[in-house]
Order: sequence, then structure tokens, then C-alpha cells
Amino acid sequence: MITRTLDRGGWIFISILIAAAIIVPILNIATSPSSPLHIPSYAVALLGKYLCYALLALSIDLIWGYAGILSLGHGAFFALGGYAMGMYLMRQIGTRGVYAHPTLPDFMVFLNYKQLPWFWYGFDMFWFAALMVLLVPGLLAFVFGWLAFRSRVTGVYLSIITQALTYALMLGFFRNDFGFGGNNGLTDFKDILGFNVQAQGTRAALFVLSCVALGGCFLLCRAIVTSKLGKVLIGVRDAESRMRFLGYRVESYKLFVFVLSAMMAGVAGALYVPQVGIINPGEFAPSNSIEAVIWVAVGGRGTLTGAALGAFIVNYAKTTFTSGFLAPYWLFMLGGLFVIVTLLMPRGIVGTFRHWVAQRKAKKDAAKAEPNGAQPQAAE
Amino acid sequence: MTFFRFIAAGIFLLALSLSAPIARAQDFAAALADFTTDSFSDTEKAVTTIATSGNPRAADVIQALQDGRLFFTTEPKAVFIRTADGKFADAATGQAATPASPRPVRLNNRLRRSVDAALGGLTLLSPDANKRLEAAISVFRSRDAAALPTLDTAIAKETNTRVKRALTEARAAVILFKTDASETDKLDAVAVLRARGDQEAKALLSSLPADSPTNVKTAAQSAVAAIESNLALWATAQNAWYGISLGSVLLLAAIGLAITFGVMGVINMAHGEMVMLGAYTTFVVQEIIRTKNPALFDYSLLIALPLAFCVAGLVGIAIERGVIRWLYGRPLETLLATWGISLILQQAVRTQFGPTNKEVGNPSWMSGAFEVGGLTITYNRLWIVCFTLAVFVGLLAMLRFSRIGLEMRAVTQNRAMAASMGIRTGRIDALTFGLGSGIAGIAGVALSQIDNVSPNLGQSYIIDSFMVVVFGGVGNLWGTLVGAFTLGIANKFLEPFAGAVLGKIAILVLIILFIQKRPRGLFALKGRAVEA
Repeated sequence: MITRTLDRGGWIFISILIAAAIIVPILNIATSPSSPLHIPSYAVALLGKYLCYALLALSIDLIWGYAGILSLGHGAFFALGGYAMGMYLMRQIGTRGVYAHPTLPDFMVFLNYKQLPWFWYGFDMFWFAALMVLLVPGLLAFVFGWLAFRSRVTGVYLSIITQALTYALMLGFFRNDFGFGGNNGLTDFKDILGFNVQAQGTRAALFVLSCVALGGCFLLCRAIVTSKLGKVLIGVRDAESRMRFLGYRVESYKLFVFVLSAMMAGVAGALYVPQVGIINPGEFAPSNSIEAVIWVAVGGRGTLTGAALGAFIVNYAKTTFTSGFLAPYWLFMLGGLFVIVTLLMPRGIVGTFRHWVAQRKAKKDAAKAEPNGAQPQAAE
Repeated sequence: MTFFRFIAAGIFLLALSLSAPIARAQDFAAALADFTTDSFSDTEKAVTTIATSGNPRAADVIQALQDGRLFFTTEPKAVFIRTADGKFADAATGQAATPASPRPVRLNNRLRRSVDAALGGLTLLSPDANKRLEAAISVFRSRDAAALPTLDTAIAKETNTRVKRALTEARAAVILFKTDASETDKLDAVAVLRARGDQEAKALLSSLPADSPTNVKTAAQSAVAAIESNLALWATAQNAWYGISLGSVLLLAAIGLAITFGVMGVINMAHGEMVMLGAYTTFVVQEIIRTKNPALFDYSLLIALPLAFCVAGLVGIAIERGVIRWLYGRPLETLLATWGISLILQQAVRTQFGPTNKEVGNPSWMSGAFEVGGLTITYNRLWIVCFTLAVFVGLLAMLRFSRIGLEMRAVTQNRAMAASMGIRTGRIDALTFGLGSGIAGIAGVALSQIDNVSPNLGQSYIIDSFMVVVFGGVGNLWGTLVGAFTLGIANKFLEPFAGAVLGKIAILVLIILFIQKRPRGLFALKGRAVEA
């Protein structure tokens, strides 16, 4: 099954993930800090953060690259997953908060809450929080997608209202009376499942978990896009009305991948929060969601591996360039990247590479079977 | 005969007005001397004399006495006021003085009352109309019956209609709560307050003392009801005005987008930055005017308007020629590329002008406010509404009647045919985009008057602008107009119930739901153009 769904790039991707999941924790824990091979803990957390971004990019690529749904609000699903995890982590603090209140998190005591709001019930249990990580983004995506796809909101209209959605959520989460900590968000986490969030072992475990999540979701996405369902999605992307005329319930297909993708984004957010140690309403900012789209565009839309690669490259560049003397120019670079990629590299890195490989192969084939003159097939 | 009598009366009045101050000045000096005897009865005499002297320093002296800042010396006999910074000033002249061992003028409770009364009366009769008004308002709030005689005098003397009304209302408030006032007087007072018709009048009328006559009570009740419905009406009108004003701001921000997005089908995420460029142009123009020729400041906006149009328009043309023309027919990619451009423009402005807010001044003709009934209308909002409508009408006229407008419509409707008719479509594309951007630039000039001019200015309008265009229906300027005003007014009417933020969220959710019903907006294009 796996051999059938994975192409060569997929194998490389999975192998790298497995290698990273094994090597990084070992180099972090088993080597001494003075060793040249040592990976410091902050780097593990940073890599883990990139993995979460890669998962978010993967979820965007699934809907944008294969179903043609450009969501400019996917950061909202990411942030909702993050908030669900953050709420669990908040409840785990218990009486160790500044105000040492047995049930209320610090910010609620500070804001004079008398009791826990109803939507915080159950978040002291991990299984419930984990369920919510999937359910909340999934439900929002379902309601939103059901409304949008059924009434055939497509293209830029869909993009703009997804942006409005995340903007509305941002405004809401910035409010103190919304019950999610206002503009400070949720932070000061202590434990996750009884382990110290800051501990080296926990960080390594979270890193491995991120690898597993990214790998698992990648396999799932590959399975979807190589199946018949995937072919239908590509059909929807390229000629939606034709698919409708062929008798496919286009909106059901779209709704399915949209909800799935939102859940994946939620998982990414849930893994992101314990590794970064904070979640705040800034994550809902429309600019974040648009930036995530550009990761996909840089790596290569509709390639899955490209999405993950793009997230890595852009975020690595961001980390590198936002410290040091180039910091004021980072936005010039990011903006330039947006323009250059859309103008000069519409296929992205992986897409361009695949295109180049395919063309070379086609030329070779054409040279071999000269009289037939087979047309080169563009890989998409 | 009448004429002579008139002259005689004039001369008499003149003589009176000339002689009275002299007599009063002597009174004032003599009365001040009374403070130095350190006896309560003399002090009381002094207070009454000074209060009626009409001397411009009288209020200061009595005020100082009330605050315990009035001092005297016996050798020589002189009175001093201690100012806030601890220095002394001569009470008679107000000039700085350094008295040797001054002693405070003492007060007892009986004296304090007459000081208070004197002070209230003094300000009611103050030569400064604003002070009289303030005094009338404070009497209205305190309803002090002791002020009644002074009020009557003041009303008789008053010539300023506004102050006179305030004084009459203050008198009415006093009468209404005075137990021994006659029923007819009280009914008159109710009528006066009913005519005033604001929140305070309503509060007074609904808290009548229990021993008021039944007639007065029923009159007050009906007055309260009348005031309430009147207030509700004005509140609605005020909300509608706020809504119109917000709607015109939205329209200004969105109208350029209605051209680039609505007419050309280009998702210009850098549109907000064009608005920002316009606002910064205003800032630069004002800076130059401040240093070179401050007298021109009132014309700064008029100078900035064409400049902002050119700056934003040229940047827009550069963007179209440099980036967008390669991306026609791929709207999602124009979205990403223009987002990149918006980041670059923001950062460029941040590098050039710094990340902080820049101060853009209001010219004098845009400052201040006036009142219409219960409505308060600020001049800057009023100008922005007028300006927005002017821009809208101008744009419509241009698209409808000018050669270039005709060509723009031709290109957007059928590019291939327009090209074969000899229209240079590439040039028209650039000009159309430049026009949309230029209008965003002049929107920036207007918005600099009501919003912070900072590199983030554009970001705060971009989502709202898209909402307006999508709501109104793409490709239709009238849709943008209706959309902007609908959203503006809806927002302002939701705010009192839901608060500013929740109101905004509600609007966004409503638009999302509305798009379900009408995916292509309020005024959707019909027919073949839809899929194009």
C-alpha cells in the first residue's frame, strides 16, 4: 500500500523524517554540550516548530494544490488547535500559578472571573483536549465549508471570506471577556501528561511526535491524492463545473478535504504550543495565514513534499535574517520572495525540479523513439 | 422731540456708566481695607460690598477667601492673595508683592455661606459670557435656592440668548425643587425643562420631590415621556450620522479597490498601502509647509490631494507594468504577489519615516463641531462625507463620459474586441490600475485627518475594503456605494448593543452568511460577464 502511494520524493521525505526523529534526540540527549555533534535544546524546539509549520503548509497544500481551495484563514484552524492544547496545559498548572487558585488559571483570577467558563470544562483531561484539537477546527471548517461550498463561493471570494473569518476570530480572541486570556493569550505552561514541558526529554519527545504527525499526515495526504478521490479533487481544481456536469457532488468532495485539512492544521497547532510555550491571538492575524500560503507557493503547490520544504526554507530564512544586522530588511526579503516566486517560479522549488526532470526524461525518450515523436508529459 | 429725549437718555446713561465704575472702585478699595480689621462682621461687610462692586478682581478675591488664600497685613494696611505656587500678589491690583508677615483672613461657618453665595452670584454676573454660562450650568446642577435672586437679576440683564436660556433653565430647576414656589411657577418650570429635552432635564423631571402638586407631577410625567421619545429619535439620528460617516470612510478606502478588483479583476492586496502612501504624502506636504511657509497650512490638504493622486497612481502603474501584467487571469497569484508588494511598501515607509505614528494636523476649516438639535457634527467628518461623494460622482462621470473611461469599459468588457478596435489594451490596463491606486491615494489624504498615519494604516482598511466590494457586488460602483453605507450604518447601529469589537465580528459573520445567499454580492453582474 505504502509502496504504491509513495513516489521517489515521498520516500526521500519519509526517510529524512525518520532519520531526524532518531538522530536529533540522540544528538541532543546523548552527546555532551561540548561535542561538535551536539544539538542544543533550543535548536530541537526550533526544529519542532518548523515541523509544525510544515504540517500546516501540508494541510494548505492538500486543499490548495489539489482541490483549488485557497484558504487565507488556515492559521485560524492552526490557532484553534493550539488554543485547545493551551487550555489543557493551563489546567495542568493547577495551584502553581501566581495566584495559586485551584481551578481558575491566573488570567481569570486577574480578570475577576468567579468560576470557570463552561467551554473550559473537560480541558483538565488530556483525551478531551486531544479530541477538541481535532473537533473544534473540524467543526468550524465543516460549518464554514458547508455554507461556502454549497452556495458555490469559489476562487477569490472564498479566499477573502476565509480571511474575514480569521480576522473576526482574531478580534474576538483579543478581547478579555472572551475567556481565552485576551491579548496575552495562554502561557506559563508547566506540565504535559505529568512531564515538565521545559525538560530536555519532553522536548525531544515532542519533536519525535511532530515528526510522526508530519509523516503520518503526509502518508495520509499521499494516499488521498493518489486515490480516485484525489483524481476527482484534481478534476475539481482544474474544471469545477465540468466535474459537476459529470455528476460528481463537488461540494461533498471539497468539504471532506477542507475539514480534513483543518483538522491537520489543528494538530499542527496543538504540537506547536507546548514547544513554543505560548499561544496568543496574534496567531489569528490574516498575515500569518497568507505567509503560510507563500511557504506552499515557494516549495511548490500541489507537490506535498514541496509544501513542507517551503515551510522549512522560509522559516529558516526568517530565523536567520530576523536576527542580526539584516533584521530591518526581512520584510523586503519576504515581500520580494512573494513577488519572485509568483512571477518567476510559479511551480515552486519542487515543482520546477520535477518539471525539469520530466522534460529531460521526455527528451531522452523522444531521442530513443525518434520516429514516434512522443509528446513530453508535464508532471503535475 | 423723541430724538432729543433719546439723546438725553443716551447722555444720562453714558454719565452713569462712567461715574459708576469710579464710585465702585472706591468701594472696592474701602472694602478690601475692611479685611485688615480681623473682625468677622467687617469681613462679611467687605464680602457683600466686593461682590456687588463689579470690579474685575472681585471674583479672584472672594475665591481666594473661600480657599483660605487671602492674607492681610496691618502695617501697612494691605490685602494679598497667595497664588498656587506660594507667592503673593496684591489683591487690589493683582501684581506680585512680598508682604512682611501676612496673616490669613479668617472665616466662620456663617461667613462661609455668604462667601459661597457671593461667589455664585459673582460668576452669574461675570462680564465673561462663558463664565456666566458655566455658573448657570452649575446652579442648574446644584439647584441652590439661595441663588434665585441673583438668577433673576442675571436673567433680566442677559443679552446672550444661549446664556439666557441656560439661566432660565437653571431658574426652572431651582423653582421645581423649591417647596414654597407656586404651582403655576412650577408648571412653567416643567415646560422650560421639557423644552430643554436632554438627559439631565429628564433626570430632574423624574426625581420630583414627593410633596409636589399633582398637576405638576402629571405635567412632569408627560414631559419625561416626550423627552424620552425625543431623545431616542436624536440618538437614532446621531447613530445614523456616525454610520454615514463610517460608511463614507469605508467607501473612500474601497472605491479604488472597486476599480482594481471590481473592474479589472485584480486582487490588489497592496491597495491599503496606496492609501498609506496618500496619507504619508499629506504628512510630507505639511512638514514642508511647516518649515517653509506656515501661512499655507490651511491649504495643505488641497496641495496634498493632487500630489497623493500622482504618487499613489505612479506607484500603481509601476506595480501593474512590473508585476501584475504577467499575471492576468490568475487572480490568486496576483493576490500573493501584491501581498509581497504590500510588505515591501510597508517596510520601505517604515525605514524612511520610522515605525511610529506621524502627526498630521487638521486645517482650521476642518476642526471643531456644530450642533443641529441633539446632533453633534464634527467638521472633519462632514468634509469627509462631502469629499467621498464628490470623488464617487467624479469617478462615475469619468467612466461614463470621458474617452479614457469609455476605453476602460471597453477593455474590461471585451478585451479582444477592444484590441481589434485599436485600443491599446496594455496602456489602458496600466491607466486603470493607476486610477484605482490614485483614488486610494486621495483616500489616504482624507483618512490622515481621522486616523493614525503609520506604516500599518493600510492594513487596517484592507479587509474592510474587500468586504465592501464583495458585499456590494464586483464590477459595480453603485454596489460599492450601497455596500459601504450599509456596512457603516449597520456597524454603528450594532455597536450600542454589542460593543465595537463584537459589532464588527457580527458584521463579518453577517457578510459571510450573506455571501451564502448571494455569492456575487448585492448587485451581481448577470449574464456572460459573470464567468469571465
